[in-house]
Amino acid sequence: MRDIINGFIQAIELIFRADPTLYQIVVRSLALSGVSLFISALIGIPLGAWIGFKKFAGRGLVTVILYTGMGLPPVVVGLIVYLMLSRTGPFGNLGWLFTLKAMIVAQVIISFPLVAGFTMAAVMGLDPQLSQQIRALGATPWQTALTMLREARTGVIVSVVAGFGAIISEVGSVMMVGGNIAGRTRVLTTAIVLETQKGNFDLAMALGIILLGLTFIANTLILWMQEGRFVRK
Amino acid sequence: MSESEILYSLRHVTKAYDRRTVVNIPALDIQRGEILALVGPSGAGKSTLLRLLNFLEPPTSGQIALDDFTLSGTPPPLDITRRVTTVFQRPILLNRSVMENVAYGLHLRGQRRVQSVVMAELARVGLSALAHAHARSLSGGEQQRVALARALAIRPTVLLLDEPTANLDPGNVALIEDIIRGVNREQGVTIVLVTHNVFQARRLAHRTAVMLDGNIIEIGDTDTLFTTPTDPRTGAFLRGEMVY
Ligand SMILES: Nc1ncnc2c1ncn2[C@@H]1O[C@H](COP(=O)(O)OP(=O)(O)OP(=O)(O)O)[C@@H](O)[C@H]1O
Ligand SMILES: [Mg+2]
Repeated sequence: MRDIINGFIQAIELIFRADPTLYQIVVRSLALSGVSLFISALIGIPLGAWIGFKKFAGRGLVTVILYTGMGLPPVVVGLIVYLMLSRTGPFGNLGWLFTLKAMIVAQVIISFPLVAGFTMAAVMGLDPQLSQQIRALGATPWQTALTMLREARTGVIVSVVAGFGAIISEVGSVMMVGGNIAGRTRVLTTAIVLETQKGNFDLAMALGIILLGLTFIANTLILWMQEGRFVRK
Repeated sequence: MSESEILYSLRHVTKAYDRRTVVNIPALDIQRGEILALVGPSGAGKSTLLRLLNFLEPPTSGQIALDDFTLSGTPPPLDITRRVTTVFQRPILLNRSVMENVAYGLHLRGQRRVQSVVMAELARVGLSALAHAHARSLSGGEQQRVALARALAIRPTVLLLDEPTANLDPGNVALIEDIIRGVNREQGVTIVLVTHNVFQARRLAHRTAVMLDGNIIEIGDTDTLFTTPTDPRTGAFLRGEMVY
């Protein structure tokens, strides 16, 4: 209990002291997960919508693969990305291992199935006659898809929140492919692991509280966007 | 309705699902400006025929001509499909305000200044006061009137109605029938009305077609068809002897 309280006090101190190392880590964490989430949404939302709209042969199989992807253990993703990017791996010559690029690749692999899966579920939950009615009113295929996504907006936003939650708090893959290099690839989660291992529980706790706070703020922002901007009661 | 100009012309049209033919119409002409009722037991193919007329699905074989355009094979251009719209039995409104729903078809067509048209259509269906309400907070009858206003806002050449009053109370049925009659008379909108209610067909339609197992077994002037049907199956259907 003492550690938790001390950690809390130290967290406040660190935040107000504007500790540059800490701020770097926070900004890096947010930038990493932000970029990864953006790419995941760019892939996941259209993919989920497409699987949800189209009745094609093999949709069942694709859905199962997607659901499996939603539960991929980050360490396994880390291992595979590591092997792909390591010097002897197929993409070794890119030189991405132990850089932010490798971490983005891993995080995108972790989060895009979540975005796609939840988007697909949201689209499939729409009124089955909706697309027919939209088309009957003169919508082109593109207009139909956009209207359907807008109708499913709550679920689409949930998909993005889920994708963000999975990567901002994820440590296994970023540790493996990023290497937790101070000043370069160290992010909040890997810093927490390191400080815990060094016995700096106060600092680890402080970092943990900041991470929680950031997640809370990010999710609140997303929900606020949803309510204020898109949803009417 | 006096001069009979053909708007739709169907020739050898069939529609099959999994090799089962559910619509089979050797020839059907629909006049510009008429109200044509489609009646028939459940599963006769009435809704499927409406989907074909709205170009929502291509026919399995045959040609459908609307005005100067003939559909056979290739998908029809947007400016043809956009002359037709459908109101379904269950109002399917967007999760937006009443106004935004009515404006939707106009926005699809790239129109931005739609306020006056939208308000005029809402006035027509008696819902001006609810313009800013959320569409899904309305009663079933009100929602169906929003769906009708949304369809009319795009000034369709053809309005297809698939049992538009089947779920409604008598008050709303009367309101909607008045609107249907009004747009047909005043704006010359051609209407194809699918109904289970033969009395409604009698009240509204200039001509009535009876469908059975995908075929139009009889078509003609509504009064004549109801008083002196030529096909014995039409008589049986009108007397309510046909199970559906
Ligand atoms: N998308 C589809 N796939 C397979 N079969 C279909 C499809 N749509 C309609 N059918 C079949 O075609 C037949 C005609 O259906 P349709 O909905 O046109 O009948 P209907 O006359 O409108 O009936 P109701 O009065 O019950 O609405 C039915 O046997 C139906 O099962
Ligand atoms: Mg039907």
